[in-house]
Amino acid sequence: MQLIPCPWCGPREEAEFHYGGQAHVAYPEDPSALTDEEWARYVFFRDNPSGPFAERWSHNAGCRRWFNAVRDTRTHDLLAVYRVGEPMPEVTA
Amino acid sequence: MTSPPGAHLPEHPDFLWDNPEPKSSYDVVIVGGGGHGIATAYYLAKVHGITNVAVLEKGWLAGGNMARNTTIIRSNYLWDESSGIYEHSLKLWEGLEEDLGYPILFDQRGVLNLAHSLQDVRDSVRRVNANRLNGIDAEWVDPAGVKEICPIVNTSPDVRYPVLGATYQPRAGIAKHDYVAWGYARAAHAMGVDLIQNCEVTGMETSGGRITAVETSRGRIAAGKVALCAAGHSSVLAEMVGLRLPLASHPLQALVSELLEPVHPTVVMSNAVHVYVSQAHKGELVMGAGIDSYNGYGQRGSFHIIEQQMSAALELFPVFARAHLLRTWAGIVDVSPDASPIVGLTPVGGLYLNCGWGTGGFKATPGVGDCFAHTIAHDKPHPFNEPFTLERFTTGALVDEHGAAAVAH
Amino acid sequence: MNLRTGTGGSIDRNTLLHFTFDGRAYTGHPGDTLASALLANGVHEIGSSVKLGRPRGVVAAGSEDSTSLVQVEAPFSEPMLLATTVELHDGLRARGLAGQGRLAAEPDPARYDAKHEHCDVLVVGAGPAGLVAALTAARSGARVVLVDEQNQAGGALLGVDEYLDDRPSAEWVADVVAELKSTPGVLVLERTTAFGMYQDGFVLALQKRTDHLGFAAPAGVARQRVWRIRTRQTVLATGAHERPVVFPDNDRPGIMLASSARTFLHRYGVLPGSRAVVFTTNDSAYCAAIDLAESGVDIALVVDARPEAPARLAAECAARGIEVRAGQVVTGTEGSGRVSAVHVGDTRIACDALLVSGGWNPVVSLFSQARGKLRYDAELGAFVPGGELSTVRVAGSATGELDLTACACQGRDAGLLAAAAAGFTSGGQVPLPASDSRCTARSGLVLWRVPGDDDASFVDLQRDSTVADVLRATGAGLRSLEHVKRYTTIGTAHDQGKTSGMIAAGIVAEALGVELAEQRPTTFRPPYTSVSFAALAGRDRGDLHDPVRVTAIHPWHVAHGALFEDVGQWKRPWYYPRAGEDLHTAVLRECRATRESVGMMDGSTLGKIDVQGRDAGKFLDMLYTNMMSTLKVGRIRYGVMCGVDGMVIDDGTVIRVGEERYLVTTTTGNAAKILDWMEEWLQTEWPHLDVHCTSVTEHWATIPLVGPRSRDVLAAVAPGLDVSNEAFEFMTWHDTEVAGVPARVCRISFSGELAYEINVTAWHGVAVWEALMAAGEPYGITPYGTETMHVLRAEKGYPIIGQETDATVTPQDLGMSWAVSKKKPDFIGKRSFARAENNRTDRKQLVGLLPADPGVLLPEGSQIVETDRLPEPPVRMLGHVTSSYPSAALGRTFALALVRSGHERIGETLYVPVEDSLVPVTVTESVLYDKEGARRDG
Repeated sequence: MQLIPCPWCGPREEAEFHYGGQAHVAYPEDPSALTDEEWARYVFFRDNPSGPFAERWSHNAGCRRWFNAVRDTRTHDLLAVYRVGEPMPEVTA
Repeated sequence: MTSPPGAHLPEHPDFLWDNPEPKSSYDVVIVGGGGHGIATAYYLAKVHGITNVAVLEKGWLAGGNMARNTTIIRSNYLWDESSGIYEHSLKLWEGLEEDLGYPILFDQRGVLNLAHSLQDVRDSVRRVNANRLNGIDAEWVDPAGVKEICPIVNTSPDVRYPVLGATYQPRAGIAKHDYVAWGYARAAHAMGVDLIQNCEVTGMETSGGRITAVETSRGRIAAGKVALCAAGHSSVLAEMVGLRLPLASHPLQALVSELLEPVHPTVVMSNAVHVYVSQAHKGELVMGAGIDSYNGYGQRGSFHIIEQQMSAALELFPVFARAHLLRTWAGIVDVSPDASPIVGLTPVGGLYLNCGWGTGGFKATPGVGDCFAHTIAHDKPHPFNEPFTLERFTTGALVDEHGAAAVAH
Repeated sequence: MNLRTGTGGSIDRNTLLHFTFDGRAYTGHPGDTLASALLANGVHEIGSSVKLGRPRGVVAAGSEDSTSLVQVEAPFSEPMLLATTVELHDGLRARGLAGQGRLAAEPDPARYDAKHEHCDVLVVGAGPAGLVAALTAARSGARVVLVDEQNQAGGALLGVDEYLDDRPSAEWVADVVAELKSTPGVLVLERTTAFGMYQDGFVLALQKRTDHLGFAAPAGVARQRVWRIRTRQTVLATGAHERPVVFPDNDRPGIMLASSARTFLHRYGVLPGSRAVVFTTNDSAYCAAIDLAESGVDIALVVDARPEAPARLAAECAARGIEVRAGQVVTGTEGSGRVSAVHVGDTRIACDALLVSGGWNPVVSLFSQARGKLRYDAELGAFVPGGELSTVRVAGSATGELDLTACACQGRDAGLLAAAAAGFTSGGQVPLPASDSRCTARSGLVLWRVPGDDDASFVDLQRDSTVADVLRATGAGLRSLEHVKRYTTIGTAHDQGKTSGMIAAGIVAEALGVELAEQRPTTFRPPYTSVSFAALAGRDRGDLHDPVRVTAIHPWHVAHGALFEDVGQWKRPWYYPRAGEDLHTAVLRECRATRESVGMMDGSTLGKIDVQGRDAGKFLDMLYTNMMSTLKVGRIRYGVMCGVDGMVIDDGTVIRVGEERYLVTTTTGNAAKILDWMEEWLQTEWPHLDVHCTSVTEHWATIPLVGPRSRDVLAAVAPGLDVSNEAFEFMTWHDTEVAGVPARVCRISFSGELAYEINVTAWHGVAVWEALMAAGEPYGITPYGTETMHVLRAEKGYPIIGQETDATVTPQDLGMSWAVSKKKPDFIGKRSFARAENNRTDRKQLVGLLPADPGVLLPEGSQIVETDRLPEPPVRMLGHVTSSYPSAALGRTFALALVRSGHERIGETLYVPVEDSLVPVTVTESVLYDKEGARRDG
């Protein structure tokens, strides 16, 4: 079980969190302007790297805040956490 | 004292395969030496006469999900598309021991999928009816019937989520995964397929929109066609040719107990209480846990998932209380948005894709091996894998098996 | 045969414990394990092997043993325990196993629990290194947890009679433990095995709390506890396990590890036999030989595989009349059951015990689980920790260091570093104890096996796997140790490769002519030792398996005989049977009463979300397919929500409470999901919107009051409310008082009838419910459950999310295009409606079905086909029956179904396979009752 440092509450057990997949995938400005293929990209396609991954977590059983994290998917080590709206920090895996 | 029944497994043969150096070029290079990769090579050689084939495995043969799954085999899926390929697979399972000349211990002991709510019941009956019309054996059994098939299931109405009944597929069952993989590998090798281990693909070469070679940790290997069978690592490989896949790789854990006298005659799965368990040939209880929520390539999950699995198991099987956990492990499952696989052609000529099986890949091994080999040989999907295109995510023609496949083992 | 010594050991010789093994009565003492007590009674054959049925005995003294498998039968049946880990107690009943255990048929009465613990430094193992590490860290002020699997601290010291600082080592151990236990912030856990090491300092440990008490175990105390320890730093002082050498017929009872024989002697006062041969590759077994000789065992011979025996130890042996032969090996054994003779070359030596030492394997399981890299130490012939981890340190023989003082020194260093890394630097130096040990093990020869009959040379004694199996595997072309493991099953039983894995690796390397340093050992995985399922399930069983949610009015339903349906975590009244009624008759009665007069139900489980803020309307416009921002204060609108993929995910009513405030209702099962869904969009996509969402589901008791007489009933309990159709229009709400308490009354209908939904604070739920029952009495008011609700809504063609939908259904499929805004530029899911698949004309659409025979009830879940004869499979299916009921109002059965091109098929006859027949049905619109909506206003 990972210990996840919620940027609002501090380190808490993974069981308190909800996973939200890839971060920084913005809802398209104007979906109607997209082709079916572009829309499918938004709906279904996410990065799935082996290595550092910017992803979303929600501290569901705590402050209920969403935040972003960079986690190494090979080791599951959390390399950084940051609040929504903040830029992704530079990390070294 | 004499040794108990069921303790004997058939011995593996005295020879399995050679460990050749990779040649500089093959007609077909299969990336990923798991069950799907080896089976694909086998059917390429056997059905299509294509034997200048290499299976490249970055670790040890069949050491990924093939070595880590809970070996459940069934075909009682909801949608026609899924029924097609899984039933094709089940039919091949039924003749596989003879086909491979290898004791794969395919044991058609049946699978019960339990229902715990009125909606579960409706969904289950729906699936049973669909299965039957698709020619798949399926029955709805009431709690008394569940008790008859598997006496140790707690069918008392006093549990948190009582068993309201189950679907039952008598032809479903389990097999011994290593035996299956090695049976395919030995047979493929005997027909001239090169099984190359410790050979990691690090890049792919294309020319004029066609794949031409793979770069590996053991050098460059030219290839007429390249077929990806890399399960959890599919995204990473596809990325090498700029192909993006709608997959997320997650840890999936499983566990095993010590050897126990026969107590569990079938396979029991429950989506609502979240259990799937069988007693393997030697007597160990084999159980799968839920998927860990996060992406992960680490082949390890979080322990609270195992604890949840245990509490769920004891709800249904109180007699398991003092069984002991001997070992846990994790694989990496590549989960697609509709819980169905992606099998077919890609925008890159000569590059073929087989991925997205999530938690359900083992049972599909013969079926997809056969269909994927057909796809590669003819550069055209086999009718059974035709629905499972990458394009379906654009058109919206998904094959949403979440209902049937929340834990799709 | 009594093999108990006259004195010594940490057993209480003054107390006799009676126990039964394989049906025979024996005695032992407190402090014994089942294994030591059996050996003391001359019982060496514990069970038999799983495949070959060969007798199996005790190989090791602790949890590293893998052959002494027993089934405990009393106090409570438990399979596959190692006799070396079962503490003896009065009345224990056990039997030896043939490789398989048996599960108890009756439920386990014991309780299990889990406890969380947080610390700065966790020390695993209370041997010399662990004790010094723990004491060092504790003196620095760090919060320390020390866990050890044994019932007493001391580790390897428990198995020797050596002195530390010129006094028995037990005294030194006792002093350290006493100081630790008296230090605030330090927790010492005995009988506690750290079995899993996970991410971020998360360590799982199993404490056996009452097993050793047997029948005297107090009720109400958890038998076993899982400690979930979160630690900043860990010191692994997990020790080393002695490793055997493999030789022909090495599996007979009486063949034991030398150090284990020494442990049985010193800890339990038990001799391994009367005449023993010692076979070693290193110095440590000499200590066993000497100690046993001094205790009266006839040491027939010490066989040292090294070319030369160590001079000092050889001299000590000579002084005791023990013959030492160097440069020789044991080549075989004899015995029917227990070993009776040993072959050393051409010599046959009669004996009843053979004590073996092939060197030491550091216990690296947890280090490896923590992702520590292992390195092959060629001198030791074992994998050792090969690199540092920032939060995990290894000390003592777990590093491969086998000298006691050096181990203690490592413990001190590790304790200091761990405490410092956790921020505690004030600790004083803990003095290292001085040892009088005469043996070190470092000077060993690495010897995996003695050539001979490979079929009888056992590598994994529990799995009956032999050298021949290993060689067959390599001969078959296998190169990876993982393959060999699977081919031979070596290391898949209790030892999980702890001992057999190293030897198998050695034999494989020899067979292939490769360096062991190039081999990757098989992976160590949790658990380190086996853990009962029940311990892991803990308290999360029965009612605690998943929370049971009930409404404020629940006690009334129970008191009035309701049967309940599980909906999510909720218990909802399903129907209220009267004497002699089954589901159908009860529901027909409930439906009839409601349609003809008045009924009511408990709707409190509906999800309720208070949505507030300047941008609340804008926000809801994005989430719902229809427009919510135009809703007027005081009014109510039904809405549908889709996922991004355009599939329906939920529905419900939206009440505009104020200019900047809405109350959203969701389906019972989706309440939490929809709140999460809202938060996700708000926080991650539209943080600029001024919107706040709060779950108020449980704040309200919600009572739909339904039927033509509902107005009369409401009027009776809400005298301040003008209930006339003009003053209280459909899809509006009013705040008023109902039964004397503040209430919000909504005029909505999920049945087509005149209906009100009365909302009061949950505290008043029962009182208001009872007031409504009383006020409705003149009209025969009838409480109804979810089943009647389902029938009433189905008669009106209203879908239930999750029943009529399955994540593949769009609002258009449900015939709800009217609820999909054409004005809004965008909402979640809108873009997906334009995809090719969404615009097919043969999508499955919601319709009604009327069986030709009005008495035939279609089973829900039935499939629908086009032809009146079934062709050979696969049969083309057009859709399925989602809901099906007998209807009091229609005087017949009916169904709802999703049917391919359903909207175009209205009037067609289709067929539903039921059992062996095909039931003809007519496709109709989904609304079957009161199509004009005349009943809505009463």
